[in-house]
Amino acid sequence: MNLTLKIWRQAGPSVIGKMETYKVSDISPDMSFLEMMDVLNDQLIRDGKDPVAFDHDCREGICGMCSMYINGQAHGPNRGTTTCQLHMRSFKDGDTIYIEPWRAAAFPVIKDLSVDRSSFDRIIQAGGYVSVNTSGNTQDANAIPVPKENADKAFDAATCIGCGACVATCTNSSAMLFVSAKVSQLALLPQGDPERELRVLRMVEQMDKEGFGNCSNTGACEVECPKGISLENIARMNREYLRASVTSE
Amino acid sequence: MATLNSRIPEGSLGEKWTNHKNSIRLVNPANKRNIDIIIVGTGLAGSSAAASFAEMGYNVKAFCFQDSPRRAHSIAAQGGINAAKNYQNDGDSTYRLFYDTIKGGDYRSREANVYRLAEVSANIIDQCVAQGVPFARDYGGLLDNRSFGGVLVSRTFYAKGQTGQQLLLGAYSALSRQISKGKVQMYNRHEMMDVVLVDGQCRGIIARNLVTGEIERHGAHAVVLASGGYGNVFYLSTNAMGSNGSAAWKAHRKGAYFANPCFTQIHPTCIPVSGDYQSKLTLMSESLRNDGRIWVPKKKEHVEAIRNGSMRPENLAEEDRDYYLERRYPSFGNLVPRDVASRAAKERCDEGFGVNKTGEAVFLDFSSAIMRYGKTEANVQGVKNPSEAQMQKMGEDVVRAKYGNLFEMYEKITDDNPYQTPMKIYPAVHYTMGGLWVDYNLMTNVPGLYATGESNFSDHGANRLGASALMQGLADGYFVIPYTVGEYLADDIRTGPINTNTPEFEVAEKEVKDRIKGFLNSNGKTPVDEFHRRLGRIMWDKCGMARNEQGLKSAISEIQALREEFYRDVKVPGRAEEFNPELEKAGRVADFMELGELMCRDALERNESCGGHFREEYQTEEGEALRDDENYAYVAAWEYTGMPAEAKLHKEELVFENVELKQRSYK
Repeated sequence: MNLTLKIWRQAGPSVIGKMETYKVSDISPDMSFLEMMDVLNDQLIRDGKDPVAFDHDCREGICGMCSMYINGQAHGPNRGTTTCQLHMRSFKDGDTIYIEPWRAAAFPVIKDLSVDRSSFDRIIQAGGYVSVNTSGNTQDANAIPVPKENADKAFDAATCIGCGACVATCTNSSAMLFVSAKVSQLALLPQGDPERELRVLRMVEQMDKEGFGNCSNTGACEVECPKGISLENIARMNREYLRASVTSE
Repeated sequence: MATLNSRIPEGSLGEKWTNHKNSIRLVNPANKRNIDIIIVGTGLAGSSAAASFAEMGYNVKAFCFQDSPRRAHSIAAQGGINAAKNYQNDGDSTYRLFYDTIKGGDYRSREANVYRLAEVSANIIDQCVAQGVPFARDYGGLLDNRSFGGVLVSRTFYAKGQTGQQLLLGAYSALSRQISKGKVQMYNRHEMMDVVLVDGQCRGIIARNLVTGEIERHGAHAVVLASGGYGNVFYLSTNAMGSNGSAAWKAHRKGAYFANPCFTQIHPTCIPVSGDYQSKLTLMSESLRNDGRIWVPKKKEHVEAIRNGSMRPENLAEEDRDYYLERRYPSFGNLVPRDVASRAAKERCDEGFGVNKTGEAVFLDFSSAIMRYGKTEANVQGVKNPSEAQMQKMGEDVVRAKYGNLFEMYEKITDDNPYQTPMKIYPAVHYTMGGLWVDYNLMTNVPGLYATGESNFSDHGANRLGASALMQGLADGYFVIPYTVGEYLADDIRTGPINTNTPEFEVAEKEVKDRIKGFLNSNGKTPVDEFHRRLGRIMWDKCGMARNEQGLKSAISEIQALREEFYRDVKVPGRAEEFNPELEKAGRVADFMELGELMCRDALERNESCGGHFREEYQTEEGEALRDDENYAYVAAWEYTGMPAEAKLHKEELVFENVELKQRSYK
């Protein structure tokens, strides 16, 4: 396959960026999207040019590091897929592909397609945990049975990889899907119960502080989420938030 | 230079850890506040240790090269975590987990360390559940288990095919809690460039801020490397692109011994290579071997027909299939340990029975499991005389619930539907059992420098059993090193903060800067990746699933030549003072080129076959690994002398007082 790539180039956070055009040829349909980017970078380095910076690590859809906005969609055209799992067979010979970074005020660009998502870490630090020390001297793991349905829902919420596609795709750059996934996971389990009020209040407060927008229920985040995190989690977080606001001092 | 003292406590096997914990020196809480600990890496071993140290009162600085500690490659572990809970009442016990691990490791690990691991395993599950890790549960609300290779009990806890993710997020949440309290200072997008020794003790590190390129000095009373394994020396592996051996290698260059570097694990079930552009290989969890059956056709004509697409594998008659693991190993069948399964696949493919175009693939087939589950499900749902299609449908649903994400992953990569047609798999590099030599306290031979998780060598011998890496990472980080570090730090309560304005830090910083300059000023033309690919090819061909003397000797000289070419011809674009991923890669690949050579040297020195180390000269008539316990029941700990090929060998004899050394048999 021969392709034309229009890629966002930005030397640093405070520099003005712009789209640049590149050509790549002999791309195999079995290549992953990032392997196609490797081919481009190899070409750029050999030509004495600056390779395109992009984040990636596990290349199997679980670390959450890769983050490209491809033809106007977070992680590209396929559902339930991270950029690293996207393969070139999803494109046609002769296509022009637009590649941009996640765009959100809370995710400043570091370079080219690489952005700073440490705001997500700070939201988790605000309360996305159970306050238990790591002594190992807790009760036996089977002491509290957890209904399978709740355990499964908690698991589904916990599969969030923290990539930020939900934010990138949202017109308001809202992080509600990300935050609600963690709030839900812990609210559904007995171990998370003692801190459920404080947790949701603190995490939402931090989310606002970071500059993420509000949710207007368009549902785009759920569509673009590579792990299929459900909008139900946002509804649950809203209930948790309301409950906490009413019951706490 | 320190001698190899493993510091194994006195007493019977079952008492060692308890006795040791009771006699380790303690640091009082007020003094802990004056002690700094650095942790490099935030996977299971690193995050758990950082959280635990901080809870105890130490000041912690944690470093990771990723943009968040949650992205460390532990996240990708799929199948599960072992623990001797015996919830299934199938006769499991601490001793059995210990025994299986020693045997699985082909009798090349330390009894005392392995027993301790088995002992603390049950606590890990309790701890993780308390943190809100959503393990799989049954309808009664209790925890579910499955089985893994090399064992005859079900002791593996899991969260679908994403167990590593859930455990890491648990450890990450514990770490985040301490970051919010200010007890851990987190350095994302930072890479450790060197360790700094002062008067023979490890007193800090030099790190590079990967965003700005700034070189930083960080002092501490102890440094813990939890930096993972070095599987990426092979270029193609199941590791993440950024996984590297540099932290361990830098420590080695500063005096820490590197133990058993040739013990690498080739995992039997990975998605086969599809082309030259390939950048990584994807694992299909070993848990799939609970339900998948591995086979190749019995006849070459069928192999040919499948390769050229004129026959679908699902249409090949049962009697024309060779379920070679079930044939060769009737008692363990498809659940033999990884090294055995990998070699068996290679044997069939070398004989010409490989089922894809490259001839390097075998089938992993779920059709019998789907029908079996379908039948049970039909009974449960009260469907009388279900049709094949109904059973297929119901069976697929059961399999989806167990392994859904893995099947999806497979389909995305290959464009094949594994519910309908068997998966194609082939062995790939997955894990490294070798690593920095450590004593029972997990300290290297350099005082104050520790290594945990995959970065040390201690628990898995020559072959790691499935679902044991997660167990070891968390055991080391939550339950071992928080105690054992006291033994060393108790002497440090009056030291005061480590001053980084000393000649030692200055020299180390200068070395780091000079090295970076060297890469950037090289006037070569070839990108780093090409050297990495070529190194990987040498390693895979000559130090991979099968090794021999001649191949290893030629690998050593090829690597030396490649290294020379690298320094002459590498092209690293950009500047030192900026975000520069190519520069990061150059440093890591340069280290791999030394480490690879040491691996070959170690493999050459070990004139026996054991676990993942298979020397063609040493095999039984049936082609099984032939150990030599008389001459090689030792840990090979290598001392750096300037050139990997001239590394000096130190031996730690392995003493087995509680198990009898036997030819491993899974027949």
